[in-house]
Amino acid sequence: MKNTMKQLKGVINSTAELNKKNFEIVVVGTSLGGLQALTVLLADLPQSFPLPVVIVQHRHKSSRDRLTDFLQQQTSLQITEAEDKEPIAPGRVYLAPADYHLLIESPWEWEQSVSENDFTEWGRLPVEPIDNSNSSILSRGTPTFALSTEGPVCYARPSIDVLFESAADAFGEKAIGIILTGANCDGSEGLAKIKAEGGLTFVEEPASALCRTMPASAIANVEVDWILPLSKIVPCLVKLLRIKN
Amino acid sequence: MPETHELETIEIKLLLEGIFRYYGFDFRNYALASLKRRIWNTIRSEQLTTVSALQDKLLHDPAYLDRFLLDVSVNVTAMFRDPTFYLSFRNKVVPMLRTYPFIRIWHAGCSTGEEVYSMAILLQEEGLYDRCRIYATDMNELVLKTAKNGIFALKAMQEYTQLYHQAGGKKAFSEYYTAAYENAIFRSSLKENIVFAHHNLATDTSFNEFNVILCRNVLIYFNSHLQARVHKLFYESLAMFGVLGLGHQESLNFTPYEKHYEAIERSDKLYRRVK
Repeated sequence: MKNTMKQLKGVINSTAELNKKNFEIVVVGTSLGGLQALTVLLADLPQSFPLPVVIVQHRHKSSRDRLTDFLQQQTSLQITEAEDKEPIAPGRVYLAPADYHLLIESPWEWEQSVSENDFTEWGRLPVEPIDNSNSSILSRGTPTFALSTEGPVCYARPSIDVLFESAADAFGEKAIGIILTGANCDGSEGLAKIKAEGGLTFVEEPASALCRTMPASAIANVEVDWILPLSKIVPCLVKLLRIKN
Repeated sequence: MPETHELETIEIKLLLEGIFRYYGFDFRNYALASLKRRIWNTIRSEQLTTVSALQDKLLHDPAYLDRFLLDVSVNVTAMFRDPTFYLSFRNKVVPMLRTYPFIRIWHAGCSTGEEVYSMAILLQEEGLYDRCRIYATDMNELVLKTAKNGIFALKAMQEYTQLYHQAGGKKAFSEYYTAAYENAIFRSSLKENIVFAHHNLATDTSFNEFNVILCRNVLIYFNSHLQARVHKLFYESLAMFGVLGLGHQESLNFTPYEKHYEAIERSDKLYRRVK
């Protein structure tokens, strides 16, 4: 079932269900026409927006800081290019740097780091029985960014699929994915993964998008929660998240 | 965390532990998000369906190891990648190196060698190459072999020529190679002072003291524990006022050694050890 704005009211009444999820991150993917679309999206974000917003805009590999500078003019939220190992902070906007894939490293960590001794004398294994009292092998840490220079995915680096899949992996149902205008099918797989994990999915209405290919591909591939004109996306999100200005 | 993820996490942990114990290659502290992606790509290309199946194949088929190492390590590189890095190196690091009688450079994680040859070209043009020894290391023997050959695809040369000039190159780039069929064979004088050697940043220790350490877009594949280990290794291997060069989106910001360096050129990630 695709929701339209008319159904929004009914859905908002049942947002108690949504709120239980405590969404933790918004990931956005766009390509051709994205600059204009992001201008609208960022201008709509209230200053009190509580989640980190992570954006992949397909871009030329030599485009450096200009994109960040331009987008910063559209919003009062702070925009930076994500750096490797940078902790992800709420209320900030992050942009995937040119010529790198941007990934989110899960806040769930391995049970323990390997000690310095294990590195240098790797043949030596602990003699004592391993302590299993701390039964869970995973503990919750801070989510961070990770970068990669692996080959392009869907001809793109940064790729939307790579970011979205890692967001789905790291945040599960607490991730919100948004696909905007674009001329290829990058993002469709990633959005499907967010949906499969129980996250929330938005796609810009293809008819009014600058380039319909990417939104249409996402809609064909995923049972999208919300298909909305660009100007309605953030207002809908704000209502769902019950953000007070 | 959903149960399927927990199972996947356990399987990956077992796979990495198995590779480490049996073969000695330690991926246990690699950054997980992108490693997982590469592992799954490998599983699909081997037409398997689970991480455990890949583990079975790896542990019982040692001949497969080399291919696996190639698949899970990232060997995407280019000559004069991020040309402003080389420009800054030329303008800000070279003048300092001129004051040294002998210069030792460690290029850690050199992959197929494109960036090592780039540095060799720069140093030749600045008249420093004869005083230099470049130690180019990687954990993967197959990529080292390519690096040693110094033969790259001819079709990449157009892009490299552009990057070379953006990096402050002083000649016609084609002077540095001979075109033969689909290949560009680089001048052997470029590798006279390069030592290609096997070294694994995850398990090996330092082997010399250096004036310059270059490690670009390698540490992004490590988690913060392993990054800290490697930064310790670099710090201890750098002479006082030695230079550390990282990748464009890497920095010392989230590492324990932040305070031990000052930026020579922050935007190009060139740092100098100051204590």
